[in-house]
Amino acid sequence: MGEDRRDGLFKQLSAGLREYYVSPYRRSFARLQRDEEDLFMLLVFAETLGVPNPASWYTMEMMPVLYEQFHDWHRRMGMEHSPLDHLRCC
Amino acid sequence: MSAVTMLLFGLAMIAAGYLFYSKFLAERIYRLDPDFRTPAHEFRDGVDYVPTNKYVLWGHHFTSVAGAAPIVGPAIAVIWGWGPAFAWVILGTVFFAGAHDFGALWASVRNKGKSIGTLTGNVIGPRARNLFLVVIFLLLLMVNAAFAVVISNLLVSTPTAVIPTWGAILVALVIGQMIYRYKMSLAWVSIIGVVALYALIFIGAENPIVLPESVLGLAPRSQWILLLFIYAGIASMLPVWVLLQPRDYINGLQLFLGLGLLYGAVLIAAPDVVAPAFNQNVPAGTPSLVPLLFVTIACGAISGFHGLVASGTSSKQLDKETDARFVGYGGSAGEGMLALAAIICTTAGFATLADWEAVYSRFGAGSVGAFVQGGGAILGNGYGVSTQLGATMLAVMAILFAATTMDTGLRLQRYVIQEAAELGGFKVNVVVSTLIALGCCLALAFGAGADGAGGMLIWPLFGTTNQLLAGLTLSIVTVMLIRQGRPAWFTAVPLAFLLTMSVYALLVQLGQFYRQENWLLLGMDIIILMAALWVALEAAIAMSRGAKGKPVVEQRG
Repeated sequence: MGEDRRDGLFKQLSAGLREYYVSPYRRSFARLQRDEEDLFMLLVFAETLGVPNPASWYTMEMMPVLYEQFHDWHRRMGMEHSPLDHLRCC
Repeated sequence: MSAVTMLLFGLAMIAAGYLFYSKFLAERIYRLDPDFRTPAHEFRDGVDYVPTNKYVLWGHHFTSVAGAAPIVGPAIAVIWGWGPAFAWVILGTVFFAGAHDFGALWASVRNKGKSIGTLTGNVIGPRARNLFLVVIFLLLLMVNAAFAVVISNLLVSTPTAVIPTWGAILVALVIGQMIYRYKMSLAWVSIIGVVALYALIFIGAENPIVLPESVLGLAPRSQWILLLFIYAGIASMLPVWVLLQPRDYINGLQLFLGLGLLYGAVLIAAPDVVAPAFNQNVPAGTPSLVPLLFVTIACGAISGFHGLVASGTSSKQLDKETDARFVGYGGSAGEGMLALAAIICTTAGFATLADWEAVYSRFGAGSVGAFVQGGGAILGNGYGVSTQLGATMLAVMAILFAATTMDTGLRLQRYVIQEAAELGGFKVNVVVSTLIALGCCLALAFGAGADGAGGMLIWPLFGTTNQLLAGLTLSIVTVMLIRQGRPAWFTAVPLAFLLTMSVYALLVQLGQFYRQENWLLLGMDIIILMAALWVALEAAIAMSRGAKGKPVVEQRG
């Protein structure tokens, strides 16, 4: 019983410390993740944008999954409208 | 007088400030509402806006605002005797910093968690927004240069701190890996990290490292400054999780531990305060107490930097509005305690008055070196360890605080430069912008006479810039209070006092730099003076506009 409570306290302390460790950097990590995803987006749509991509056979099947994020992506990349003719998201 | 009396009296005053004044502010002035939906709940996104336990949040707030600055400022300012420094730290913490930090947090929470920069634009005007960027850039520049000088002085005066200082980087790197790669429990990682750091301090205390007398014509101080900026440049470009995050974390733990150890040692050793309450024979060339005291101690009495932290991150994580009192006011109370410890170390850590006067031989001479020396003696007496070990511990504590601030400062400066370049229509990459930032800092660090001649001349300028930022925040809070038809005296009086003292101090230093023919610092002084007058002008315009407008009836809930 006593051990259980001590265990619980230890867990709570660890959780508090983890929160203390993580929270100031959440934004940096979210940004890093977004950057990585943007790069992935570029890889997947490379061929359609006219950049030869030797792995396009494999990335092709990712396209439908990423269509939804395409609009946000091209806006983030500084293009007001979609650069692709067949993809008119806006 | 015994240092224990000073310690207990100071703590009692700060505690009374928290119990009574912050309660008054919370109920009558800021009128906190437990039912108000804070930005953390309203915009909850799991990234920036996350409701956080108030103790964890206070821990963050306190460790982000407290660093080397509340040690350096008081350590320089006790040259006028312990009385003025003590009075300004205590009164400043209770009536200035508390109201300012608390107010910044409140203002941001009531404005969707916006930062002081954005609020300046919204509340005061778009012109003031540019002013804000100017002040921030100056502040970053100053803090990097000043801290590089502080660290290099310490590494030269306490060569035993060299091994733990650089070893701490290794400890941080290992901790980062332990957490992210091996997913170890934070409690264990913390224990291992702290034990490793203190083991390094023990090793370092036995093995001092002194740099060669001259390398390429550079004295040891200049060599350290160069090495530090090379390190900071590299560190600021590394991914945050590799180094900065674990380093920040260890520093936070170290702050609590160091503060606890110091307070404990003072209580056990009960040293006598040897420095005079008012120093009648200050060394020649010491500027007059008014106004310089009020800009020499910025952090520890009131500091604009706190407003950035309060509005930048803390306000987005506040669970309930009523927590603002504990987090905001409590954070500045914590910093006041650190400044109080610095005053005690630098005035009671010496055997005789003559010893003390030998250290404080000219303005800016004592500084953090005196803190390390005096504090080391107190720790040594209190716990029966060697003075050398105590001094090494404190030197490492101060250096780690300053070094982490430099990492972050350089990173922020890089962002500012990249943003400014983009406004100018061209793109600079990470390396180039870091090099530009490093160049500015190095020029200032060496221009201030880093090889020992000028030392901490730059410090009061840093304090002044910091006060200007506090002035901007206080004007925002004051304008908000005026618009809501509430009494604004409690922020307007500190605001007026701060701006008067800042401008006065800048004018005094202007004459000083002119006589010394230090054109670089003279130029900086003029730029800051213009910024100060601009801040005063904007504040006055905004307040008179606010007074004319109809008071806005506040919506509850």
